[in-house]
Amino acid sequence: MNFKLKIWRQKKAAAKGEMVTYAVSEISSDSSFFEMLDALNQQLITTGGEPVAFDHDCREGICGTCSLYINGRPHGPLKGVTTCQLHMRSFKDGDTIHIEPWRAKAFPIIRDLIVDRSSLDKIIQAGGYVSVNTGGVPDANTIPVPKEKSEAAMDAAACIGCGACVAACSNAAAMLFIGAKVSHLALLPQGKVEAAKRVQKMVACMDELGFGNCSNTYACEAECPKGISVTNIARMNRQFIGAKLFSEREKIVRVSL
Amino acid sequence: MFLYSSMTKKVLMALAGLFLVSFLCVHLGINLMLLRNDGGRAFTEAATFMGTNPVIKVFEIVLFAGFLLHIIFGMLVSGQNKAARPSPYSVGNSSDAAPFSKYMLHTGIIVFIFLLLHFFDFYFIKIGIVAPPAGIATHDFYHRTLLLFSTPGYSLLYIFCFVALGIHLNHAIQSAFQTLGLNHSKYMDAVKVIGSAFSVLIAVGFSLVPIFILFFRQ
Repeated sequence: MNFKLKIWRQKKAAAKGEMVTYAVSEISSDSSFFEMLDALNQQLITTGGEPVAFDHDCREGICGTCSLYINGRPHGPLKGVTTCQLHMRSFKDGDTIHIEPWRAKAFPIIRDLIVDRSSLDKIIQAGGYVSVNTGGVPDANTIPVPKEKSEAAMDAAACIGCGACVAACSNAAAMLFIGAKVSHLALLPQGKVEAAKRVQKMVACMDELGFGNCSNTYACEAECPKGISVTNIARMNRQFIGAKLFSEREKIVRVSL
Repeated sequence: MFLYSSMTKKVLMALAGLFLVSFLCVHLGINLMLLRNDGGRAFTEAATFMGTNPVIKVFEIVLFAGFLLHIIFGMLVSGQNKAARPSPYSVGNSSDAAPFSKYMLHTGIIVFIFLLLHFFDFYFIKIGIVAPPAGIATHDFYHRTLLLFSTPGYSLLYIFCFVALGIHLNHAIQSAFQTLGLNHSKYMDAVKVIGSAFSVLIAVGFSLVPIFILFFRQ
């Protein structure tokens, strides 16, 4: 198969980038999207050009490292698939393929197609954890968890943090990501304890990092490679409103010397 | 107001929006009285009640506050959204998104312009800032309406604005429920269907009046 590629090239964060056109030929329809880019890079290396920088790691759809905004859609044309699981048979011979990095103020471009997604890590650091004191291992099944709750929590925990939701969102909002993280913790008894604090901290961090607001277009759900539902955003909204209205004021404890 | 978190802004905007919907229902009810061929008696009576009842007068202030809140938060949130993606994609997004959801600001601006026009046509005359056109008394909304809708251009503009409002509401109602966290697998489909039906009802209901006056009034 032959393709015309239009790829965003940008030398470094501060540099000005542009779309550059390349041609690749004799690509197997069974090769993955990244194998096709590998072929392009080999071609660039042999002709003395700079290879295109792009993020990838496990190449089996579970690590959340790969990105790429392909023909106007994060992770390309297939539903429920990461870029590394996309194959060239999903395109037609002779197609022009536009490849861009994720674009958001909170995801600055590092080089070419690689963006810095550490904003998502900062949101996790703000509250996406459970504080547990170390000690003896508790007996299994001492804390009852309803089956539906554990299933909903696991569905939310399927988020791999790739940032496709932010990339797809017309407002570059991270609400599906945070909704998933808030949900998977708050649905379980261990995470419920800190739920009210967590949601407020994570939302405050999201605002600080310059993500947009959710206008409920649901493009995030359509593009999420793990099929995370927007009901998680509603759950986060519920928790946030509840926390703002009903959470107890924190007691100020004065340390007396 | 500016320091509220993004989600607090959206929740207040959603609540204000839902409040404005209740106003639309009342207004539509009164407008539809124009469809009776009684020389505007029922309509004038309703308009007089709305203009003089003290409870309604208080709610008028609440209503203005609701509009202001909804518009100000709408602008703030949209501004943040624009700022969240400083450099746009070269290929526009083709994700499978909710219909009309990307045009909330556009349709909102059309409705806002209509609101200004409506103020000049009716409200400012009522409170005495603007003089009524020749031959029409200050509180004679019935003949004022007939005069306005006797121009096909004005009627078309009016209908266009209400189609925009319908498009706005089509996304707005289910969106407000989602923002308030009221998305439940049992009810959300019903909310979406009722929201869409309501948006059609508002657009068609308000548009009926100019169509009736242009073509069917005896």
